[in-house]
Amino acid sequence: MAAGSTVAPPRAGKRFATVLQPTAMVYLALVLLLVAGSVLVGIQGGVLLDQGGILNILTRSTALGLVAIGQTMVILTGKLDLSVAYLIGLCSLIGAETMAGDPNMILPAVLLTLACAAAIGLVNGLVITKLKVNAFIATLGMALIIRGYLESVYTGPAGDVPRAFQHLGYDRIGPVPVSALLMLALAAAAWWYLTRTKGGYHVYAVGGDEEVARFSGIRTDRTIIKVHVLCAVAAGLAGLFLASRLGSGAPWVGVDAGYDLESIAAVVLGGTLLAGGRGGVAGTIGGVLILATLDTIFDDLGVTPFFKDVVRGAVLIIAVALYARRRGLHR
Amino acid sequence: MMGLTDEAPTVRMLGIGKQFLGNPVLRDVDLELRAGEVHALVGENGAGKSTLMKILAGVHRADAGTVELAGETVSFGSPRQAQAAGISIVHQEFNLLGDRSVAENVYLGREPVRRGQVDRKRMEAATADLLDGLGERGISPRTAVRRLPVAQRQVVEIVKALSTDARVLAMDEPTAALADHEVELLYGLVNRLRERGIAILYVSHRLREVFDLSQRITVLKDGELVTSLPTKELTADQLVRHMVGRPLEALFPDLATETECGPVRLAVRGGGNARLSGIDLDVRAGEIVGLAGLQGAGRSAVARAIAGVDPFTTGSVEIDGEQRRIDSPRAAIRRGIAFVTEDRKGEGLALRQSVRDNTLLVRRASFGRARGLGALDLAALLRSVTLVSRGPDQEVRYLSGGNQQKVVLAKWLAVEPKVLVVDEPTRGIDVGAKKAVYDLLRGLARGGVAILMISSELPELIGMSDRVLVMHEGSLAGELPAGPEEETVMSLATGHSTAEAA
Repeated sequence: MAAGSTVAPPRAGKRFATVLQPTAMVYLALVLLLVAGSVLVGIQGGVLLDQGGILNILTRSTALGLVAIGQTMVILTGKLDLSVAYLIGLCSLIGAETMAGDPNMILPAVLLTLACAAAIGLVNGLVITKLKVNAFIATLGMALIIRGYLESVYTGPAGDVPRAFQHLGYDRIGPVPVSALLMLALAAAAWWYLTRTKGGYHVYAVGGDEEVARFSGIRTDRTIIKVHVLCAVAAGLAGLFLASRLGSGAPWVGVDAGYDLESIAAVVLGGTLLAGGRGGVAGTIGGVLILATLDTIFDDLGVTPFFKDVVRGAVLIIAVALYARRRGLHR
Repeated sequence: MMGLTDEAPTVRMLGIGKQFLGNPVLRDVDLELRAGEVHALVGENGAGKSTLMKILAGVHRADAGTVELAGETVSFGSPRQAQAAGISIVHQEFNLLGDRSVAENVYLGREPVRRGQVDRKRMEAATADLLDGLGERGISPRTAVRRLPVAQRQVVEIVKALSTDARVLAMDEPTAALADHEVELLYGLVNRLRERGIAILYVSHRLREVFDLSQRITVLKDGELVTSLPTKELTADQLVRHMVGRPLEALFPDLATETECGPVRLAVRGGGNARLSGIDLDVRAGEIVGLAGLQGAGRSAVARAIAGVDPFTTGSVEIDGEQRRIDSPRAAIRRGIAFVTEDRKGEGLALRQSVRDNTLLVRRASFGRARGLGALDLAALLRSVTLVSRGPDQEVRYLSGGNQQKVVLAKWLAVEPKVLVVDEPTRGIDVGAKKAVYDLLRGLARGGVAILMISSELPELIGMSDRVLVMHEGSLAGELPAGPEEETVMSLATGHSTAEAA
């Protein structure tokens, strides 16, 4: 019952990789990477996928995964959010400072952090839709504004996360961190939203062609604002998670890890079209896992960070070239 | 059943007037649409057709006059309200999302919801019912629209309009993007819709369609109603005269006389590639040679090969008697070959750039100062193609189709080509602009340019060509002298007869 099997012309003889859906390609690539990584690490006498290795990959995936889920929604509408990295730092500070070591303040702190994040996403969305500022510029501007605020107010880590909240960052079931499960639960919710609900359909429609969506009666502005709010909230969750790992808020925690461009890379690696309208969360999670696995393998092998970046860049370019080729064949 | 006159009209528009920024675009226009009738609306660009249609569909509000739907006066503030009342538009440009499925497109913005989720089953079943109702069983509701051929996308567009229980369907140039054989499919579809009692407003530049499909024709000119008559009482000649004030034959300039034809400028010997084989043709200076054939016979492939887009892989090309290697558009341009593609917006123009930048595009890109082209008088060039624009700084996307095509021609005239290949030069442009393009082409031929012209509209091809070459399945099936009968061309094109080769 594959969609389109009745009409699509037969395409016999197409090469394997070009026939697969991008999502399947991502996970196939992930498996190949895990196998190759295990062999390479094994040659050096280590084990890639032992308890520590799995834990490492999943922990690395959690913060990036949270941001990338939000970024996926934004990119599906054909926009970008460059403000997430500074927003993560800001949110870690709001959370940690509001908690100030008091376990009773956990819930208010979480709510306040997410509300602030949502407000910033709302501003992003309004600037893009009402002031008609290109999303790239609007969110870059927001990033600079947040940076200016952080630089003038903070010189280093601030706030204090109570022990109870640190459990969020460190508890695990076997080798699987609880936070990673929460991230995957959020991914599942996003997947459901995008593929099953009317709002999700409209996200794809806006990214596919904003004019067509508008002429079909979709309130495109609302959709764009909504995805920016959701993306900012996802960044807020990442900030809270990082605060629980660090035990305090840290202004540069998001920027140092490069979560703005990294999240875009993960989304694109996962097969979502940067122009919007095509892709999804499932692929993004695959992209996140690939990036985290690469990092873990390189750490195990003791490769220099410079070479690491070279490989990551090459992987990204090759992946997108493969998708472009696949798309070209289907025209 | 077909009591056309005693039934009250489904839609009655009376005394419609509309101004934009003080410019009247419609004055006192009446229009009646009846159930089960195709009503053709014709006129040149700027005559007010689309404005009238948009008033009907709730995009614009009329300044004067009334719109009645089934006897009741209505006034729509938005397309949604019009849709809810049963009036839908099938747009000229496709309003579809390529990456979404047929069903998702049909119900875009109106997805049925069940327990918080989109009810995909219901959506797909309803879409399948609509498709079945139109006899279109070949389209699966789950197929991505991107994978459908253009004609089937048109069907999806129509199904989308029908899915709102439309009683009135306005179709804006529905065949503009379709190939010949696809137009036949659309005919069947329109007739089935008519039989179902839907009132159809049909806007088209193609006169043949208007006569084949409509029961009544309304002609607009300069925002005013010229006439509204049953189709039976009109001939094509009368219709053109109503539209432009000239008879049909007068559209085509005189053919070349023997003295006007010079030496052979373009010669192809044994040209072939993946789609073509054994192409031999000559075009002389001063001559317009028509290239006829069915869709897919390889007409455009010949044009693209000569222009270096998809070059010949065998055989040779001679320009002014010298053999030339033409393996890229740049090589072709530097040898003096100009190519007006059939896809004006996609391949012919940089839509968001100005008239000036588009006009100078080829000249700047392919020729250095040393090429010996004299200084260019842009204003004179644009005048010579009778371009109507707000000035050289206007972005070409805001021009009408006819004026866009004039910019494409100007772009090539700016480099003084020796050979001009034109593929569907009048597609989607109005009669007045067509005449201007015909005159331009003939004028260029008189100036010594060799022109190879492709057109799917046979009357146009026959009216313009000094010789007609007919293609069949990637080869030349024969050559005919000026003014052949349409049947002769068609029998060659379908492979039923072979004429003596030249």
